Amino acid sequence: MIKVKSSDGPIIVKETFFQKTFRRERKLNRSRAGNAMLFFFMGICGAFMVLPLIMIVNNALKPLDELFQFPPRIFVRNPTFENFTDLFISMSEAWVPFTRYIFNTLIIMMFSVFGHVLVASMAAYPLAKHKFPGKKLLFTLVILSLMFTWQVTQIPNYVIISFLGLNNTYLALILPAWGYGIGLYLMKQFMEQIPDSLIESARIDGAGEMRTFWTIIMPNVKPAWLTLAIFQFNLMWGNTGFLFLRSEELKPLQFAMQQIAAGGARRAGEAAAVGLVLAAIPITFFLICQSSILETMTTSGMKE
Amino acid sequence: MVKQKPFDKPSLGATMSKNRISYLMLAPYFLLFTLFTILPVASAMFLSLTYFNMLEPPQFIGWGNYLKLLLEDDIFVIALKNTLLFAVVTGPISYVLCLLFAWIINEFKGKLRALLTLVFYAPSIAGQAYLIWNIILTGDRYGYLNGFLLNLDFIQEPILWMQTAKYILPVLIVVQLWLSLGTGFLAFIAGLQTIDKALYEAAAIDGVKNRWQELWFVTLPAMKPQLMFGAVMQITASFAVSDISIQLAGNPSVGYEGATVVTHLVDFGSIRFEMGYASAIATVLFLMMVGTNKLVQRLLRKVGD
Repeated sequence: MIKVKSSDGPIIVKETFFQKTFRRERKLNRSRAGNAMLFFFMGICGAFMVLPLIMIVNNALKPLDELFQFPPRIFVRNPTFENFTDLFISMSEAWVPFTRYIFNTLIIMMFSVFGHVLVASMAAYPLAKHKFPGKKLLFTLVILSLMFTWQVTQIPNYVIISFLGLNNTYLALILPAWGYGIGLYLMKQFMEQIPDSLIESARIDGAGEMRTFWTIIMPNVKPAWLTLAIFQFNLMWGNTGFLFLRSEELKPLQFAMQQIAAGGARRAGEAAAVGLVLAAIPITFFLICQSSILETMTTSGMKE
Repeated sequence: MVKQKPFDKPSLGATMSKNRISYLMLAPYFLLFTLFTILPVASAMFLSLTYFNMLEPPQFIGWGNYLKLLLEDDIFVIALKNTLLFAVVTGPISYVLCLLFAWIINEFKGKLRALLTLVFYAPSIAGQAYLIWNIILTGDRYGYLNGFLLNLDFIQEPILWMQTAKYILPVLIVVQLWLSLGTGFLAFIAGLQTIDKALYEAAAIDGVKNRWQELWFVTLPAMKPQLMFGAVMQITASFAVSDISIQLAGNPSVGYEGATVVTHLVDFGSIRFEMGYASAIATVLFLMMVGTNKLVQRLLRKVGD
């Protein structure tokens, strides 16, 4: 603690950043030595985990000669934005204006993320909190579906999507995303933890099931659906839809950028810039969601 | 939830119509789930009983694919061995690491906590960030790892990491561990967030003395649903290791050292166009995962006892 003497006498105690960080824990069951040990452990593991991210950032800022330097260095010496300007030029020379790619990405990401969170949560609520025939079977089917290798279901999927006439539309990517197994499973697990008494009291107040779902359940599992949004965003970010979207006008940004990155050594600089851009977008989305999860800290968990 | 007297049990139809609001809420999801998941999986299971080269219509051959797979396919044995190694080594290790890191990160607050979460989740978040390992492991002097070791005089010649049989599997295991703090980890982070803080105060009064006791008696039992979720995601991830092997070691890899059940499946499905056989591999893998999951869920029920 830092003691600050004010002119009138009483001593004001200020906390350092470190003390603020561990404030609650020092009250309950936390030793100083344990904290130090965990700090050290996290530091080492963290460095290993973050190394490739550091390399992505540094590579994007390296001029071409540094990219092929021996011995290779992780950190950039003469940082330059050349790679990004080159990338910008390539993108603006593309067949389709590149704002169109951004628009496609926005549409696909928005609908598939929000849609999945909504549809899966709405189905997870009765599975977690209602009793009805078939409940166990439906839930088991979802878990089992997570264990089947997706590579062999692609052809049946293609047939179904063509049969529904969704081929070469955004819906070919969006609608299947709404029915992914992961969201239902995750949301059901979290909703199970909500005390029944909370739902009972909403019923006594005369709330219908949809209203209970919207005003009691969803706010209480906010960390869960924000986490699900992160999962879904990442899944869809990796899903470039080359199979279903044949028109260049419908393809997402990731697809166009990967095409540029595949240009070999001549485009190594641009590829490094693409690597950074393609990593930065999901990271930004992740940070937004994580900081919203932290805001729920003040409500301190689920109480009866 | 309507309480029913045990003696006059209503008919199934009556119970269903009483619960129609539940079914209505389930309907949109399960319609899409049936169309885009159940139907394709069922078709793949049917195709596993056929010879299907994707050009001609499938021909029914009964158990032929399974017999060939289990009795004659030597590479499948290697692939199976490697997959089980991934499942036994990376599965439990990364599950425990996910939990440990999430739990430690939960001790931190505010911005620092968000940053730490990002650091540990970063490998899974950045799409194909694992491709950076291609540059680290490049077999000539320009590879980071070779350059680093040459500089320190640990080695005299650059090592062809991904073309030398004995290095392939250990390297893939390290990369898979690095990559595997994904879904389970974030679910644990969110799960820790929703635990009622009053539980800890009550436990301290009841005599819980340190953070390890608190973890076992309070935290873990309170987040059992997340533990189960994490286990399923870990099983699906470690049994289905394939992308990193294909991208880093190639498919087929040198001496099939990096072969896994799924790379074997991809080999038959996308390269040899034997979709029936690939589907049989997928079905066998599916049954292995289902069995493992049964076992793991039984173990998890004992947590905190």
